[in-house]
Amino acid sequence: MNAQKQTRRTVMKLGMLVLGMSCFAWAMVPLYNLLCEITGLNGKTGGTYTYEPAKEVVDVSRSVQVNFLTNTNGNMPWEFWSEQGGVKVHPGQLHTVNFYVKNTTDRVMVGQAVPSLVPILATDYFHKTECFCFERQVLQPGETMEMPMRFIVDADLPGHVKSLNLSYALFDVSDFAEADLVKSADGKS
Amino acid sequence: MSEVIDTHAGHDDHEHHGPDKGLARWLFTTNHKDIGTLYLWFSFAMFLIGGCMALVIRAELFQPGMQFVYPEFFNQMTTNHGLIMVFGAVMPAFVGLANWLVPMMVGAPDMALPRMNNLSFWILPFAFGIMISTLFMEGGGPNFGWTFYAPLSTTYAPDSVTYFIFAVHMMGASSIMGSINIIATILNMRAPGMTLMKMPLFVWTWLITAYLLLAVMPVLAGAVTMMLFDIHFGTSFFNAAGGGDPVMFQHIFWFFGHPEVYIMILPAFGIVSQILPTFARKPLFGYDSMVYAVASIAFLSFIVWAHHMFTVGMPLAGQLFFMYATMLIAIPTGVKVFNWIATMWQGSMTFETPMLFSIAFVVLFTIGGFSGLMLAITPVDYQYHDTYFVVAHFHYVLVPGAIFSIIAAVYYWLPKWCGRVYDERLGKLHFWLSFIGVNVTFFPQHFSGLAGMPRRVPDYAMQFADFNMLSSIGAFIFGLSQVFFLYIVIKAIRSGQQATDRVWEGAHGLEWTLPSPAPYHSFTHPPKVTDAEAHS
Repeated sequence: MNAQKQTRRTVMKLGMLVLGMSCFAWAMVPLYNLLCEITGLNGKTGGTYTYEPAKEVVDVSRSVQVNFLTNTNGNMPWEFWSEQGGVKVHPGQLHTVNFYVKNTTDRVMVGQAVPSLVPILATDYFHKTECFCFERQVLQPGETMEMPMRFIVDADLPGHVKSLNLSYALFDVSDFAEADLVKSADGKS
Repeated sequence: MSEVIDTHAGHDDHEHHGPDKGLARWLFTTNHKDIGTLYLWFSFAMFLIGGCMALVIRAELFQPGMQFVYPEFFNQMTTNHGLIMVFGAVMPAFVGLANWLVPMMVGAPDMALPRMNNLSFWILPFAFGIMISTLFMEGGGPNFGWTFYAPLSTTYAPDSVTYFIFAVHMMGASSIMGSINIIATILNMRAPGMTLMKMPLFVWTWLITAYLLLAVMPVLAGAVTMMLFDIHFGTSFFNAAGGGDPVMFQHIFWFFGHPEVYIMILPAFGIVSQILPTFARKPLFGYDSMVYAVASIAFLSFIVWAHHMFTVGMPLAGQLFFMYATMLIAIPTGVKVFNWIATMWQGSMTFETPMLFSIAFVVLFTIGGFSGLMLAITPVDYQYHDTYFVVAHFHYVLVPGAIFSIIAAVYYWLPKWCGRVYDERLGKLHFWLSFIGVNVTFFPQHFSGLAGMPRRVPDYAMQFADFNMLSSIGAFIFGLSQVFFLYIVIKAIRSGQQATDRVWEGAHGLEWTLPSPAPYHSFTHPPKVTDAEAHS
């Protein structure tokens, strides 16, 4: 009986290990996101930033080149462009750039833009007070939309960073966003 | 301990009868030898199926241009070849060997959990039945590579991907149960006197491998479950549009995947460490350092995963860490290779078939290890990534590594299993055909890879034509010589010469103290562990 008890105890311990590792597998998701937030690993920029003009120090002694890239993902048929390919800004200065999307199809669609910034160490120093990437865009057939993006490059940006590249990938999320589609249909009728 | 077990109710009558008759014997068996046999035949069947897929690939790549199959089907072949060889051939073969050998090597009457043992085997044919059946479904089977990176395996996957996910869950469950069983056997069922540091190295390597399996199989299960959620329940674990990150899939996958590649090689280290001393007629050189080396490799396997994904974008510090950590693995591996050489050094060597396969293992695995070191160097990995150089690397460690060790083990222990000796002349012929075949197949792939040929392509640029033709010729030599292996094994079982109990002049270990063939129930009373039969 002693041997059986021993075996049972071993099996219990090993079962705990399996259970623990199963939890770890799922814990990797928040851990990864946390790591990305700290290191800027996947180039994601933060959420809405509150602009307080009194607090911002504009560093006029240097300027940073910010480039914009617009891509549509996979089979997304929309047109997506920015009014400027790039802009030179002083750190601490609020700046607005207009982006445009056009639904080229004859059906109502929902789009979602996902930003990515390089160099990744600059993600903590790029703030957006307003961005179309914070929400989904619902476009009627043939509709064009102007989407302002307001940003500030933090005055604390390390000096060796001379340029930033912000890219947006536009995804077709119509299949996942039935609620948005319904809302838009209600608004029309 | 033995008295305690023997007084267990119902055990006595169990001890005196042999195997059941007919199919029921195999369906309901709880005997470790029967289950070991089932695992081994199953893995051989999978080896042939996966091999046929490899030959479809090589036939298509024999010449540039599209000859035999559509690119979609080609992708299904590369994917299923990988999945079947990893999960269906190599892993079950090692589990089969563990089932046969671990109880006999530690002096135990059976595995610790015989019923679970039956279950963990019988899940497998269903898992692979499900997976292979997807090839005949509308839209085809898995076609996203054995690494099933999202979103290729989620957003862009064929409908059959759900079957694939379920099959992977089943394989994982089987591996977890098998591993628990092996650890419980090794920790609790050893004969008195068989201390941990007296255990044969095959047992040691399996103990560590089983822990690796328990640690990473749940992670694999988690990864495929997240895929399932993304596909069917609208979550966005790996979907960038919904706030997920496809790169996270690669991190999770390789956190499983890197220990997994050691799962496929550590038992091979164990087998070779059993065979080399036998035919060198010297004890294994540096037993303790071998144990510590295996443990170090197992530990390091958890902190190097991102070297598979240097090109996805990573901070410099991360790239440096994963590069150095990966290179660190060369140290314990080097210890093992030097110990094997030192074991053979000045030994009275003879070159029976298992020894030939084992020596080839040491040489060719080392070549695979060196190309691995090249791949570990981050800046040059940017050049090698996803080329045939990578294909050459991992086939060198898996085919003349894992597969050769399994073949060596079959030749070495077959006389103990079935009481009959294989035909040595045919065995040597099989070895030379395999040795030539494997090198002709995979060595040219180093060159085509360095010249820039990408992996997983059904067609290629003209300048790679010669290397690919050579590769395909080698593949058919290698493939056919494994059918020859089947013939040799069947011939041995049916009409081989009667084996002696010791079988090999230089063999040491408890399994060789049993009669040949090993009786259906062995070590029902624990054996005396002497210095001659255990490491001392």
